[in-house]
Amino acid sequence: MSKPGTEENPLRVAIVGAGPTGFYSAEQLFKDRRYHVQIDMYERLPTPFGLVRYGVAPDHQKIKSVTKLFDRVAQRPEFRFFGYVEIGTDVTVDDLRRHYHQIIFTTGAQTDRNLNIPGEELKGSYAATDFVAWYNGHPDFRDCEFDLSVETASVIGVGNVAVDVVRILSRTPEELARTDIADYALEALRHSKIREVYMLGRRGPAQAAFTTPEIKELGELDDAVVWVPPEEATLDPLSEESLAESADRATARKVEVIQSYSQEIPETTKTRRIILRFLVSPVEFIGDEHGHLQQIRLVHNELYKTDAGTLRPRATDREEIIPSGIAFRSIGYTGVPIYGVPFQSSWGVILNQDGRVIDPDTQEPLTGLYTAGWIKRGASGVIGTNKPDAAETIEAMLDDLEAGRTLEPDDPSPEGAEALVAARKPTYFSYTDWQRLDEIEVKRGEEQGRPRVKFTDVHEMLEALEKEAA
Amino acid sequence: MKVLRILAAKSGQIVTIRPEQTIREATALLVKHNIGALVVVAEGEEKPLGIVSERDIIRQIAADEACFSDPVETIMTGHVITGTPQDDLYSVAHTMTERRFRHLPIMDEGRLVGIISIGDVLKAQRDAYRGEIDTREVQLQAGEY
Repeated sequence: MSKPGTEENPLRVAIVGAGPTGFYSAEQLFKDRRYHVQIDMYERLPTPFGLVRYGVAPDHQKIKSVTKLFDRVAQRPEFRFFGYVEIGTDVTVDDLRRHYHQIIFTTGAQTDRNLNIPGEELKGSYAATDFVAWYNGHPDFRDCEFDLSVETASVIGVGNVAVDVVRILSRTPEELARTDIADYALEALRHSKIREVYMLGRRGPAQAAFTTPEIKELGELDDAVVWVPPEEATLDPLSEESLAESADRATARKVEVIQSYSQEIPETTKTRRIILRFLVSPVEFIGDEHGHLQQIRLVHNELYKTDAGTLRPRATDREEIIPSGIAFRSIGYTGVPIYGVPFQSSWGVILNQDGRVIDPDTQEPLTGLYTAGWIKRGASGVIGTNKPDAAETIEAMLDDLEAGRTLEPDDPSPEGAEALVAARKPTYFSYTDWQRLDEIEVKRGEEQGRPRVKFTDVHEMLEALEKEAA
Repeated sequence: MKVLRILAAKSGQIVTIRPEQTIREATALLVKHNIGALVVVAEGEEKPLGIVSERDIIRQIAADEACFSDPVETIMTGHVITGTPQDDLYSVAHTMTERRFRHLPIMDEGRLVGIISIGDVLKAQRDAYRGEIDTREVQLQAGEY
C-alpha cells in the first residue's frame, strides 16, 4: 500500500474540536497541494466554531466574521462535519485509529481555574467561564442561575474575559438588546440590580493582561463610569523602570488609558460604576448565615523582581474588605482531558512535543496523534494566535507522513467512518444541518434587529431540523 | 504570555547531566538531542547545580584540547538563574537578552519541569504577534475599529 496522500489513497484526518484551531488546521492541510486530504471534523456540540460562538462577547460581533473563513473550509467537498458526537464517549480514540491515518485534538479549554480560597463555594461565587457560556447560549449552561439582585459585583482577574464580564454586567438593556446575547440572559440582565462592579487585579496596571481597545471601550458605555484609585493607577518604581527599559509602546498606551480613569469623576447622570483595583488579591469570600456571599477580604500586594526578570506580586500585611454580593473568578480557562489521550493535568494540556502527542511512559510520540490550540499550549492568546500554532502541528504531521509514520487504519473509507458515526449517534448534525440552523437564527434576528437569535437547547435544534430526538 | 505557553508543547522533557559525567558525554548528549545546553543535577536531586552549554565546551577546548575526560562540573556555570511557568515571557526575554544567557531552566514547586531557549522565546513572541495582527485585521475588515 502506497503512502497515503494520493488520489487513490487520500490522507484521512480526523479533527476533534470544531473551534478556530480545528478550522485553521483543516485550512492548512487543504492548502498543501502535495497531498490529497480528506477531513472529518468531530464536535461535541451540535454547532461548530467553539469559543467564537460561545466565548466572544455578544457585543463584539465583528470578530465573529472570522467564521466566514471557517465556512469556506467547511464547504470544501473533502470536508465533513460530525456535530453532537463526543470523542471519548460516543466514539472512542481507538475507533478513530481504525478509520483515520492521523488524528488532531483541538478541543480547546472549557473549564475555569479555581482561586483556592475559603468561601469559594459560597452561593454567589461563580466562574466567569460559566457566566460567559450562559449569556452566549451554550446548551450545557442555559440552566445556570445567577443571582443578579445584588448591588455590588466583583470580577477577579484583569484579562479580556474579565473585561467582557464587567462590560456585559454594565451594559444597559437597550445596548444588550441589539446583540446576539441569549434571550434568557437578556431578560435576566434586564432585571439586574447590579450598579457597582469591581475588577480586581493581582499586579499593577503595567502587568494587566487586558488589551488597550478593550479597556478603552469600558469608558465608552452608555450608563457607566470607570474609576481607578489614583494610588493604584500610579506605577511602582519597578514597573516604571521595566516599562522604560523595554520601550513597550503598547503597554505604555494601555497604562495611559488606565491612568485616565483615575481623574475625579465629574457630575454625571450615569447610574453605574466600574471600579478597577490593582495590586489586590482576594484571600477570603465572606458569607452570611445563609451561605450567601456578602464581602470579599482583599490583601494588598507589592511587586518584586525575580531573577528571571518577572515582576511578581507578594502579599503585604495590609488588608481590606469590600462588599460583594456576587463574584466571578476570571483567572484563566483550563483544558479538560479526553478519555484515551495522555493529559498533563497541572498545566491543563495534552502531553505533547511541538504538537505530537507523547506517551508518558516512553516519552516518545504516539503514532498518528496530534494536538493544536489551547489544549496543546494552554489557554492564552487571541483567536488568531491559533493559526501559527496549528501550522506548527501540521508541519509535524506532514513530516511524519513523509517518513511513513502514520496509523494503519483497518477501514479508511469515508463510508466506513460515516457508518460508525451513524450507528453510535444517529442524531448527529451535519454541516448542512448547521447551515440550516444558522439561517433560522439569522432570520429570527432580522425580525428583532439583532445579528441572530440563538438556539440554546439541543431539542429545539432537533425539532427545527425535524429530526427525531434519540 | 507566560513561560507555560512554551513549556506546554515540550512534554516536560529536559536533558540533564550529572556533575561527575564527562565533557565527552555532554557533547554526545547535545548532539543526540540537538540542543544547546544541559542542566547539571546531582543524582536523585531536582535543584540545578549548574548549566553547561556548547559555548562553555568550545571555550574549554580552545584552552585545553585534552579536556574531554574532565567532569562537566569544572566548566559549568554555577549560579543558575531559573524561572517559573508563570513568568512573563516578555520580561524573561528582556533579561535573557540583557544578561546574555540563552537557556533558562524552569522550576515548578521545587521540581525541574523544563528548559526554554531564547530561540523558543522569539518564536513564541513572533507567533503571538502574528496572531494578534491576524485578529485585528479580521476586526478591521469587519469595520469594528
